[in-house]
Amino acid sequence: MMALILRDIRIGVRAGGGMLIGILFFLAVITVVPFGVGPDLKLLARIGPAILWIGALLASLLGLDRLFQADREDGSLDLLIMAGHEHPLALTVFAKCVAHWLTTGLPLVIVSPALGLLMNMEPAAIAATTATLLAGTPAITFIGATGAAIAVALPRGGLLVSVMVLPFVIPVLIFGVMAAYGAVEDPAPFLQPFLLMCALTLFFAALGPLAAGAALKGSSD
Amino acid sequence: MKLVVDDLAADRGSGLIFENIGFSLGDGEGLVVTGPNGAGKSTLIRAMAGLLRPAHGTARIEDETGEWTDLAAASHYLGPINAMKPALTVRENLAFWQAFAGKPAMAIDEVQQTVGLEHTADLPFSYLSTGQRRRIAIAKLLLNWRPVWLLDEPTSGLDAASERHFAGLVRDHMKAGGIVVAATHLPIAVDGMKRLTFGEALPA
Repeated sequence: MMALILRDIRIGVRAGGGMLIGILFFLAVITVVPFGVGPDLKLLARIGPAILWIGALLASLLGLDRLFQADREDGSLDLLIMAGHEHPLALTVFAKCVAHWLTTGLPLVIVSPALGLLMNMEPAAIAATTATLLAGTPAITFIGATGAAIAVALPRGGLLVSVMVLPFVIPVLIFGVMAAYGAVEDPAPFLQPFLLMCALTLFFAALGPLAAGAALKGSSD
Repeated sequence: MKLVVDDLAADRGSGLIFENIGFSLGDGEGLVVTGPNGAGKSTLIRAMAGLLRPAHGTARIEDETGEWTDLAAASHYLGPINAMKPALTVRENLAFWQAFAGKPAMAIDEVQQTVGLEHTADLPFSYLSTGQRRRIAIAKLLLNWRPVWLLDEPTSGLDAASERHFAGLVRDHMKAGGIVVAATHLPIAVDGMKRLTFGEALPA
């Protein structure tokens, strides 16, 4: 399993891995918002956590369709499925998700404090948003894996994956943004929505790979 | 150990591709599946590898020692595509498959020497020519011990010398007690392999 994670991380960070694309897209979304909203610093700070979350969400959806498609195109997917006796397919999917998140999700989390400055957010809000992104973006990957597995046989599944996955990530988005606001606005709680979001991540970490494994098994027919 | 295919039929959604396929291969035996394009050779190999649910019948392995219980787990599948990542070097690709598949048999340098490509170890896989890529994919068969080789057009893209060399590898595998099933339209120069010939596709 470690070998699979290492392989996918290597591919992810090398040319064509899509890691930079995600960061650039995230940056583009965040820098465009102040131009659209106008130079109202208070308003920017107010909507900052939500915009950061939406930007990160869209950026992490960007590369999801390639999660299994690349393996299908070069024939590795067949061998990963055949190895199901030794490495259960759900575990293989889990390993691929971990590698995918480390190369596409984690970089987004790392750059988000810098982008928070662009939104005139105060330090507490930036810290809270980064923390929620750190705990919440893995859920997007795990849900997305299921979508990617269902659409793996489609030549242009990218948009379809995003549309399929979005309804399922909305709860994660809601609790993530709620927790981020909870950290700066006094009566609103931080811990409860944050813990609920962590629970969602854990839930999808268990369910997503199982569903994706079943979908992949069917796709090889 | 015995590889048993019993009354196998496959369906790819547009009617049966083939039916009533049955054979059994013991230690050191091989089978060459021939036939025109579209006759169902690849489908048979995929069904045996467990990648396609057969419409009818089974393909299984019978092993007295109990080491191998599942045909897919006991098999190397060499498909029409090489299953190598173009962005990684040859060595990284081979090292990954060796670590992932378990039961390592030969060292990576050694298998590269066997297919005569030790000088390409540190090149990205995408730099290799079609024939060299195929040879690396063939080298993967030697990385981990699997008693059954399921080969789908194994020699496509190979030159005559590499083809002969590949036939030698197949012979060695059979001599070591392995079982080989190869779907191909080019003859493989290995004596004593059984033959299964698929006919023309019948109009539906």
